[in-house]
Amino acid sequence: MIVRILGEGQFELQDHEVAALEALDQQLVTALDAGDEPTFKDLLNRLLQSVRSEGTPVPTDRFVPSDLTLPDEHASLSEVRELLASEDAGES
Amino acid sequence: MGVMKRLTNIVQAKANKVLDKAEDPRETLDLSYEKQIEQLQQVKRGLADVATAKKRIELQAQQLQQAANKLQNQARQALAQNREDLATEALTRRSGIASQLEGLKTQHDQLAQQQERLEATTQQLQARVEAFRTQKETLKASYTAAQAQTRIGEAVSGISESMSDTGMAMQRAQDKIAQMQARAGAVDELLASGTLTDLSGTSDPIQAQLDKTASSGQVELQLAQMKSELNPPAAAPSGELGAGTAGAAASDEPVDGEIVPDLPVAATAASGAPAAPKDPFTLDDANAS
Repeated sequence: MIVRILGEGQFELQDHEVAALEALDQQLVTALDAGDEPTFKDLLNRLLQSVRSEGTPVPTDRFVPSDLTLPDEHASLSEVRELLASEDAGES
Repeated sequence: MGVMKRLTNIVQAKANKVLDKAEDPRETLDLSYEKQIEQLQQVKRGLADVATAKKRIELQAQQLQQAANKLQNQARQALAQNREDLATEALTRRSGIASQLEGLKTQHDQLAQQQERLEATTQQLQARVEAFRTQKETLKASYTAAQAQTRIGEAVSGISESMSDTGMAMQRAQDKIAQMQARAGAVDELLASGTLTDLSGTSDPIQAQLDKTASSGQVELQLAQMKSELNPPAAAPSGELGAGTAGAAASDEPVDGEIVPDLPVAATAASGAPAAPKDPFTLDDANAS
């Protein structure tokens, strides 16, 4: 599976590695809904670290769409909320 | 749905807007290449904008620093003249500048971060554009094969997703610049209004009062000097003006019957007047520092 870290690039991960990410992702949703910034930051960092350490960077000359996308490491909770709201508002 | 999947949908929805797919996939390849070149130029312009914004903040910080130094000197001067009220005022304003500087530093750090990221984006984009240029010709040549069509579709999706990501990164950088400019505008206004201190030297209440106190002090000092010249030193009361406060000196009026010559007094008063030539502020600053 291909995972993009916004502003950083794409990584290729094995399916079982992605399963672990999805568990963290669910917790991320909870933290986002609760507005829990510290937990959000912590989870985001763990997600990013897993992708970077377990994934293989997609080479420059390979052009593929991503299956999953993660915010960049500096993204705040409110920035991610805003991003997700652009989907809800129907503007893209 | 998890955050990762939703974000993917958003980025890809943006990507579809970036690139209207042409009927002929070969055209789409050329179009995506052109769009990438365009985007590369945009990112480079964005980088220049960030650098300019950073420079502006650095310049403002310098100006604020100067204003702060000036206020500190003024506070010292005011204390030397026993004007603790003025010294307090100067130091209060100075602490206002300190918080402004802190705000500027945050903005500066954010811009530096944006600059760093845009630089990385530029390099990556440059490499990808180059890779795509060679690949698109190969893909176009083998276009007739069904397999090639799928690959073209994938390559175009991949490239437009990258472009969407880059576009979002640029948007973030532009937002930061806009935020910074709003703040920089406010600081410029503050500097221009003289609320902190007016560096051009036309309306600085603290300095005006210091000058006034200084000049009246000088007049008193010179009066005393003249008196002591007129009277033999032995006749002068001991400890007359030396360590006395400004208030004490002021109460030390000329003794009745003493002749105070007009002309020299006028001359000395003029030399100590606030409206001295050039810049009255830098003059006093130079003395103080």
